Amino acid sequence: MNIHEYQAKRLFLDYGIPVPAGMAASSAADAQDITAKLGGSGWVVKAQVHAGGRGKAGGVKLTKNSAEVKDIVDSMIGRRLITHQTDAAGLPVNQVLIELTYPIARELYLSLLVDRSSERMIFIASAAGGMDIETVAHETPDKILSVKINPITGLQPYQCRNVAYALGLKGPQHKALEKIMQGMVNLFLDKDASQIEINPLIVTDSGELLALDAKINFDDNALALHPDIRAFKDETQEDARENEAQQFGLNYITLDGNIGCMVNGAGLAMATMDLVKLKGGKPANFLDVGGGTNVEKVCEAFKLILSDSNVKAVLVNIFGGIVKCDVIAQGILEAIKQVHVAIPVVVRLEGTNVEEGRALLSNTGLNLFASEDLSHAAEQVVALAGGAA
Amino acid sequence: MSILIDKNTKVICQGFTGKQGTFHSQGALEYGTQMVGGVTPERGGETHLGLPVFNTVQDAVTATGATASMIYVPPFYAADAILEAFDAGIKIIVCITEGIPILQMLKVKAALAQTDTLLIGPNCPGVITPGECKIGIMPGKIHLPGSIGIVSRSGTLTYESVFQTTNEGLGQSTCVGIGGDPIRGMNFIDVLSRFQADDQTKGIVMVGEIGGSDEEAAADYIKAHVSKPVVAYIAGLTAPAGKRMGHAGAIVTGGKGTAEGKVAALRAAGVEVVNSPTDIGAAIKACCK
Repeated sequence: MNIHEYQAKRLFLDYGIPVPAGMAASSAADAQDITAKLGGSGWVVKAQVHAGGRGKAGGVKLTKNSAEVKDIVDSMIGRRLITHQTDAAGLPVNQVLIELTYPIARELYLSLLVDRSSERMIFIASAAGGMDIETVAHETPDKILSVKINPITGLQPYQCRNVAYALGLKGPQHKALEKIMQGMVNLFLDKDASQIEINPLIVTDSGELLALDAKINFDDNALALHPDIRAFKDETQEDARENEAQQFGLNYITLDGNIGCMVNGAGLAMATMDLVKLKGGKPANFLDVGGGTNVEKVCEAFKLILSDSNVKAVLVNIFGGIVKCDVIAQGILEAIKQVHVAIPVVVRLEGTNVEEGRALLSNTGLNLFASEDLSHAAEQVVALAGGAA
Repeated sequence: MSILIDKNTKVICQGFTGKQGTFHSQGALEYGTQMVGGVTPERGGETHLGLPVFNTVQDAVTATGATASMIYVPPFYAADAILEAFDAGIKIIVCITEGIPILQMLKVKAALAQTDTLLIGPNCPGVITPGECKIGIMPGKIHLPGSIGIVSRSGTLTYESVFQTTNEGLGQSTCVGIGGDPIRGMNFIDVLSRFQADDQTKGIVMVGEIGGSDEEAAADYIKAHVSKPVVAYIAGLTAPAGKRMGHAGAIVTGGKGTAEGKVAALRAAGVEVVNSPTDIGAAIKACCK
């Protein structure tokens, strides 16, 4: 799960990680008040959306005129921000973060995440902050330092010193960095984060370290343990269909094609999308209905798929292992009737009781095609959707 | 010979009296797995499915001599269950549970490192040696004792591979579902090395998916150490970057873990990579002639 920058910075403060003085606003009316409370002589207004690349998209604006803050807030709230990380529709801006600006001497990069290959939490640090870290990693890998944390010993002071030297920090900045790194580790462990990124971590002209930006992702598997984090969820930043799917225990991801896919198992669901593409079609979604498929789930899955008006045909691919094929076939028939599916549906069933399942699906008078062979089913659905995309 | 488990393997179930534990223990018993009991705290002394229930894994191991355990407990109790099995001396721990927080798995892996205990999963269908021993949720009926070793990150794609190799008349030596989580027990290499050493296994099917770099590591390993034919399929060519495709581990981040990269690495290692999941059976048949 993603959260907003202003929410992440609240968590940073709880864990002793210094951030710029600032407050979130959800209307221009709040802006005057906040600017007065913050004081200072320069402000930045940052659109709060779950996407990077805000600066280049006009989602981060600076001013030295306190009266102008209100106008900037007004120009952002209620609009949609389109960045290189969003789709063409962009994301709605419902809040902005108003902060004091600071004279910046240096911009650094610091993040903490779980490294799959070493099976450790790992810090990534670079003196080239403010840039896309993947670009830095690609172009100048020697500028990136990584530090693995042993789960038995935890973060050690020498590891912080290594990072501080690598980043060219001096004197009291060493202790300041150690405090930030330890705060990040504590936050990560306490709240089951999956990534904490500070880009940039700035050194001000007066030598202070500040987290100018803050991005935190959380492990979805652990959210049930953290009601405080769950409360940060902002559904306006997420795909409506994906949110709805979650409520029914379905794994759904929107894609931009015209062939709806309904499959049991995540791997087979991906493979089915790939096969549709291989046959010249374009999948409209990823949808894993899970192992214990029942009529209700299949109905909800059909509703989700059909709520996408791009969908011209549906491919159902079920490998019935524990779940019997005839039970699934009944579910599909029931769902097609309940949901009034009008577009063609190709069904490939395999596994336990497959003959009974296929018999149920043939000669139904519905726009339904039972296929014995997955490869053929994919070809058929591509043809029914209007040929190659 | 098969790998990991056979007809002599004594198996217990953790979460034995729960709905999942009951259903799949029944399935294992019907398949002929040598189930010797199960564990549910506070239910010790009872009989369930005709087998003894124990309060602790240690009690179960002491009384039955079990060396393998299958775990069907809810996600927030699963790390504890794995560590309990390890502590009691279980050598093969199969964790079916999906949804274990990743930080808990980091600790589990650190505890199991440099020991001779093997963990399969979590978030996996389990392991089966056809005709001998089934530990997991896979449909036993589609399997056939035979010569192909199957290792896969995906449950249903394992079933597809099993189904096709059965239809080709090849059958399977052992099938290992290593699971869809980013941090897991046995990995491709741990299974590939055992298939390479196993006389019964004549060919290997490896099913990977987007996310991480385990397929790339496996490609390096195959090039250096595996002489048996390997057919691979990688799912997720059409998966958008940055989106988690059902499995916690199936995500492309920062341009890393793409299907294209994995396919290229495997092909460079001499692995026959099929473009369609429907071609797995025919491809391994052609390789094993």
